[in-house]
Amino acid sequence: MAVYRLHVLVCAGAGCVSSNCKAVEAALQDELEKAGIAEEVKVVETGCIGTCDLGPLIVVYPEGVFYQRLTPDDAREIVNEHFVKGRIVRRLLYRPAEDAEPVALTADMDFFRRQYRIALRNTGVIDPEVIEEYIARDGYAALGKVLSTMSPEQVIDEIKRSGLRGRGGAGFPTGLKWEFAYKAPGDEKYVVCNADEGDPGAFMDRSILEGDPHSVIEAMSIAGYAIGAKQGFVYVRAEYPLAVERLTKALNQAREYGLLGENIFGTDFSFDIEIRVGAGAFVCGEETALLTSIEGKRGEPRPRPPFPAVKGVFGKPTLLNNVETYANICPIILNGAEWFAEIGTEKSRGTKVFAIAGDINNTGLVEVPMGTTLREVIFDIGGGIPKGKKFKAAQTGGPSGGCLTEEHLDISMDYESLTQVGSMMGSGGLIVMDENTCMVDIARFYLDYTKDESCGKCTPCRVGTTRMLEILTRLTEGKGEEGDIEKLETLARNIKASSLCGLGQSAPNPVLSTLQHFREEYEAHVRDKRCPAGQCLALIQFFIEPELCRGCGLCIKVCPENAISGNRREPHEIDVELCVKCGACQERCPFDAIIRR
Amino acid sequence: MEAANKGCCCQSMKAQDERYQKLADIIARYAGQPGALIPVLHQAQEVFGYLPNDVQVLIAEGLDVPLSEVDGVITFYSLFTSQPRGKYTIGVCMGTACYVKGAAAVLEELKQQLGIDVNGTSADGLFTLEVTRCVGACGLAPVMNIGDDVYGRLKPEDIREILDKYIQAERQADA
Amino acid sequence: MVTLTIDGQVVTVPADYTVLEAAEAAGIRIPRLCYLKDVSQTGSCRVCVVEIGGRLQAACVFPVSEGLEVKTNTPMVRESRRTTVELLLSNHPQDCLTCLRNQTCELQKLAQELNIRQVSFEGERTHFPIDLSSPSIIRDPNKCILCRRCISVCSEIQGVDILAARERGFDTVVSPAWQEELANTACTNCGQCVLVCPVGALTEQDDTEKVWAALADPDTHVVVQTAPAVRVTLGEEFGLEPGTVVTGKMITALRRLGFDAVFDTDFSADLTIMEEANELLQRLNDGGKLPMITSCSPGWIKFIEHQFPSLLDHLSTCKSPQQMFGALAKTYYPRKVGLDPAKIVTVSIMPCTAKKFEAERPEMRSSGYQDVDIVLTVRELARMIKEAGIDFVNLPDGEYDAPMGISTGAGLIFGATGGVMEAALRTAYEVVTGKTLAKLDFTDVRGLEGIKEASVDLDGTVLKVAVAHGLGNARKVMELIQQGKAEYHFIEIMACPGGCIGGGGQPIPTSTEIRQKRIEGIYAADRDMPLRKSHENPAIKVLYEEFLGEPLGEMSHKLLHTSYTPRLKYRTAAPCKDQEQLAGNA
Ligand SMILES: Cc1cc2nc3c(=O)[nH]c(=O)nc-3n(C[C@H](O)[C@H](O)[C@H](O)COP(=O)(O)O)c2cc1C
Ligand code: SF4
Ligand code: SF4
Ligand code: SF4
Ligand code: SF4
Ligand code: SF4
Ligand code: SF4
Ligand code: SF4
Ligand code: SF4
Ligand code: FES
Ligand code: FES
Ligand code: FES
Repeated sequence: MAVYRLHVLVCAGAGCVSSNCKAVEAALQDELEKAGIAEEVKVVETGCIGTCDLGPLIVVYPEGVFYQRLTPDDAREIVNEHFVKGRIVRRLLYRPAEDAEPVALTADMDFFRRQYRIALRNTGVIDPEVIEEYIARDGYAALGKVLSTMSPEQVIDEIKRSGLRGRGGAGFPTGLKWEFAYKAPGDEKYVVCNADEGDPGAFMDRSILEGDPHSVIEAMSIAGYAIGAKQGFVYVRAEYPLAVERLTKALNQAREYGLLGENIFGTDFSFDIEIRVGAGAFVCGEETALLTSIEGKRGEPRPRPPFPAVKGVFGKPTLLNNVETYANICPIILNGAEWFAEIGTEKSRGTKVFAIAGDINNTGLVEVPMGTTLREVIFDIGGGIPKGKKFKAAQTGGPSGGCLTEEHLDISMDYESLTQVGSMMGSGGLIVMDENTCMVDIARFYLDYTKDESCGKCTPCRVGTTRMLEILTRLTEGKGEEGDIEKLETLARNIKASSLCGLGQSAPNPVLSTLQHFREEYEAHVRDKRCPAGQCLALIQFFIEPELCRGCGLCIKVCPENAISGNRREPHEIDVELCVKCGACQERCPFDAIIRR
Repeated sequence: MEAANKGCCCQSMKAQDERYQKLADIIARYAGQPGALIPVLHQAQEVFGYLPNDVQVLIAEGLDVPLSEVDGVITFYSLFTSQPRGKYTIGVCMGTACYVKGAAAVLEELKQQLGIDVNGTSADGLFTLEVTRCVGACGLAPVMNIGDDVYGRLKPEDIREILDKYIQAERQADA
Repeated sequence: MVTLTIDGQVVTVPADYTVLEAAEAAGIRIPRLCYLKDVSQTGSCRVCVVEIGGRLQAACVFPVSEGLEVKTNTPMVRESRRTTVELLLSNHPQDCLTCLRNQTCELQKLAQELNIRQVSFEGERTHFPIDLSSPSIIRDPNKCILCRRCISVCSEIQGVDILAARERGFDTVVSPAWQEELANTACTNCGQCVLVCPVGALTEQDDTEKVWAALADPDTHVVVQTAPAVRVTLGEEFGLEPGTVVTGKMITALRRLGFDAVFDTDFSADLTIMEEANELLQRLNDGGKLPMITSCSPGWIKFIEHQFPSLLDHLSTCKSPQQMFGALAKTYYPRKVGLDPAKIVTVSIMPCTAKKFEAERPEMRSSGYQDVDIVLTVRELARMIKEAGIDFVNLPDGEYDAPMGISTGAGLIFGATGGVMEAALRTAYEVVTGKTLAKLDFTDVRGLEGIKEASVDLDGTVLKVAVAHGLGNARKVMELIQQGKAEYHFIEIMACPGGCIGGGGQPIPTSTEIRQKRIEGIYAADRDMPLRKSHENPAIKVLYEEFLGEPLGEMSHKLLHTSYTPRLKYRTAAPCKDQEQLAGNA
């Protein structure tokens, strides 16, 4: 086998692919050829490395030098300077702040330093399309161990003792779920992986499937062995074509290696996996809807009980877990339940992957021990809020979750604590919002989403979310009426209590939690017809602060409506009758003299 | 059903139209398998670009699934469509991360530039405008995709240039 | 058995009960809307919520378990039910005063029971075109509350799969594929969906105005026929028990409404037996197509035309009793009484919505006119009686007019599943063997079991028969025939579960228990009939002597027999396939 002097990891996660990492990679290869060192430097495409907004990016090993926001033109300099002469290209390094010193090594970057990677152990490290790289990092050792030395009961016991809980949202104890499926009577059983990841703003599962598909395949096989299933399904949303592609390749490789299919490892255990692609319905992430969708029908949830463990796909006992849940299985088998149970908090063991996005400096994917505080995640790892703005709220749990505010910055991020303050862990999406965010508008946004995604089967969710959205829209348009807030509360309470599935049961959460923490903002919309955050266009006006305006005239040039007038070097003025509130002037003003109020 | 009135000219037309042959192959591959409808619809839509009525009937008959159920499934999932669409589908992500980062303004600009509403197709048949939910590229929010190309960190100002690229390409192809 | 507590009461019920059923056993009626026993349990309306462990659960789908504690009447439960119904009303036309289901509407009743005095939430309403295309059924999706009972009936019980949910969320609508009009689908017009719809979203086409107009026209002679199954159900519309036989009151009511002659479809049912039994014997003797299948149910006829067009030659060529009657009412009858057939208007009172379609079929004009002019369902007749201010329950009994009002018990039992078969066997036996039947009751073919079988020894030849009711069961039988596995000579098929006593034009509600009672009413009436075999009907004998000649004769052939039309399953099928399919079937 060839020995390489340097390994260059090129992130080929979906984020970086969108920012055109392929062109950067091609340029690198090209330059390596030209420099005649293609034999010495191995370029590896990996899954998401985590810092997606810095892409396209590469990490150069053995040292772990991190280059970011690359263009194909940067390739020559990296190859000639760094790879040939050994001089790091400072220009392309990451700077935590504009005026800060660049940081060269991933090991020194706060973003990476504070993480603890179990589910993401291979993501961004190995080439997901090469099974040998997975095997080289203990891949399929857990399956081997299980098949050769453990009984199904022992496997289940190990998972139970680890304290692992479902990462798909509800946090149900995984071992217990496996036990139910194991004990359910029936010869034909199924193992299903929920890779529907509908929560907007979340991409943990996508990154695992794209970056480390075998970890899911191996874990599903272990689950199959534990509960007595021969067939698995991975239900992936159609919006993730790259994940489907990599998973397909991985499945084929695993079959070739005899790690999937008939008589795995020469034992009499047989197991295979089929991919099912969704077709654009958030509700299909809900477990019973997902099963119905696998059956080829409208993805409408069914009442529980009976639970999938008893009556799942095609009416057979079915074990259903989330991608990240599966990604935790093999390390638990290999390192033991005790090892895992020591990480995290008393009731929430292990780590959690979060996808941080929104108004934050370092968007991306991080894995931290349960119990890490929100402050650490947002400020230490995420690098805080851009443009020096103030943190206002963070939404966890997506459209089913709630918002956390400044007062919650120091709470421990675990299942119980988040639920206690009216939010939830959810799948790990974490959307950060700065002071310019209108919370009524955000609630409206979420309701718009759930209303759109409601399957329409049950009354409270089908009609109720529509009515809530209508009220919220009214508020943001300045047409709120006295009593609207109370109506919202009544609707929220009843939709939550009586809807058929988790979608409806959680749809009102964003409204309830914003009402709890930002009630005065709602009241301002209703009573004063005012949007304190200056976002709801119907409720604001653009206004030039005379003391700040220097009369430079730049705003006049961008105004599409000729609504601004003023003499040079004198304060300008906006004619509110003409202004269409496009905001162009505000963006343009170099002196921040234009405000919304 | 004008075709039927004219006798069976469509017979030869359809036989020549290799898309129907492909459809027959897809159906044959899946017939009798449980849960086949959704994969078949995906593949049929890939072949035809959308799911016209006669295709729906062929699928219903081939898989022995009632037509009402086929139609129910197509109208349930947002990625299936029974209407022909533009050459490129523009999907503006309105996921939370993108929304917080100003996707609404990008969408507004696209509507203006194309002179259509969401789910509309531009007069030249080039673009169909859609809203998508998180495509998992939230780090680059706001994001849109045109066909298989993804554009991130968008500002309304960028839209004209991006659209022009496709329009130019089309003109060149025509020329 | 498991024991649970409901509102403090300890109840012991079978382990497969739902909470709703357990509550019913304990004398607590939980309000419901989407749940319909034996038909639909989707758990979708959320009206039946109860409190279990501090959370709301839908009682209609929640299984009982040992030690469960259920509360059905708490502030949380009441608020939730009310909010849910208010939400339904917020997207509902609320046209109660002019709605066909006024006072029989389950939503209206629920709003009253839950003491809803205002609708707190208003907003966007869904707007859909009303589908008036079918001669039998009107679909008004604006009144639909998406309970999905009709879908369950149409697909699971009838196996026709016309109705399904399309779109999603607030835009969800229950309709045929592509929002196609019913008349352009393979809908059988059976009306089972109408029977289960809790609101006015699915109703019969109302033809009462046409009848009022005919009755008011001094130049017309309006003749009415009443189907066998009507006499045991009409009373329900006036508060009588299901199965109460109200033949006499019905006749009086019809006279008071102004009909010029009141006749009985039982008469032409007897006639049907004469023709059909002879047709069967002929097929048996001449090696005709077997098994032969009955043809008196127009819902069933439309079903086979769409679904099994290649098997149409199994159908008896006999018209249904309604249409045999219509043909005679405009030929034999006017000749006998000296009237101009052009002045005769024939009305029929049917348990059936499909009969409205049947009457309009182009084949059904053998008298030279449309043989049956207007078809009313039981519900429509009841509305006319009410509108006329007739005190139905206290009416004296009347008698049918002769000759077309004279009938036997054999004609009467046509109204229940198995009845045609039993009637045919009574006649076939005596015609073939020349012996008198010792025991007239063929109990093997009676009752609500989906598919029933029997064998009858006709002097050495064993006749194997089967009876199916409900189109789902019909499909099973047809598949057997298709596979060559149906070793029957004669099959009776009725489109509606239970036969015509469960027809789509019958009083609402129609449930399994109610069907059972109606069946009992039919057989009780049969027992009381002086004549119980069709071939003993004196009026039929006269009819053959005076007019028809003999069964299967030329005149019969012209007036009493028909042919069938192969139809497509999907109208918009790929054009080439249409032609292949039809060519293959021709
Ligand atoms: C509306 C809705 C959407 C959901 N979406 C997802 C999803 O996208 N991915 C997921 O893993 N779980 C999702 N869930 C949770 C699943 O129903 C289920 O609890 C989970 O997949 C179980 O796996 P776990 O025990 O490993 O967490 C969703 C639930 C609801 C109610
Ligand atoms: S809660 Fe919403 S998504 Fe869930 S079943 Fe009801 S309508 Fe469908
Ligand atoms: S917001 Fe737009 S329209 Fe209004 S003054 Fe500024 S640039 Fe002009
Ligand atoms: S751009 Fe700003 S400073 Fe310049 S004229 Fe406009 S408001 Fe005044
Ligand atoms: S369906 Fe019921 S509630 Fe609706 S208008 Fe008719 S009677 Fe009234
Ligand atoms: S119930 Fe009330 S609203 Fe209805 S008709 Fe009577 S008085 Fe009028
Ligand atoms: S009338 Fe019968 S076949 Fe037609 S839609 Fe209703 S149930 Fe289905
Ligand atoms: S049409 Fe009637 S039965 Fe069918 S879903 Fe609507 S309300 Fe229910
Ligand atoms: S069974 Fe009776 S009621 Fe039903 S369609 Fe047939 S004839 Fe009509
Ligand atoms: S996709 Fe490259 S860092 Fe996330
Ligand atoms: S929210 Fe737009 S890509 Fe995730
Ligand atoms: S009656 Fe139980 S949910 Fe509708």
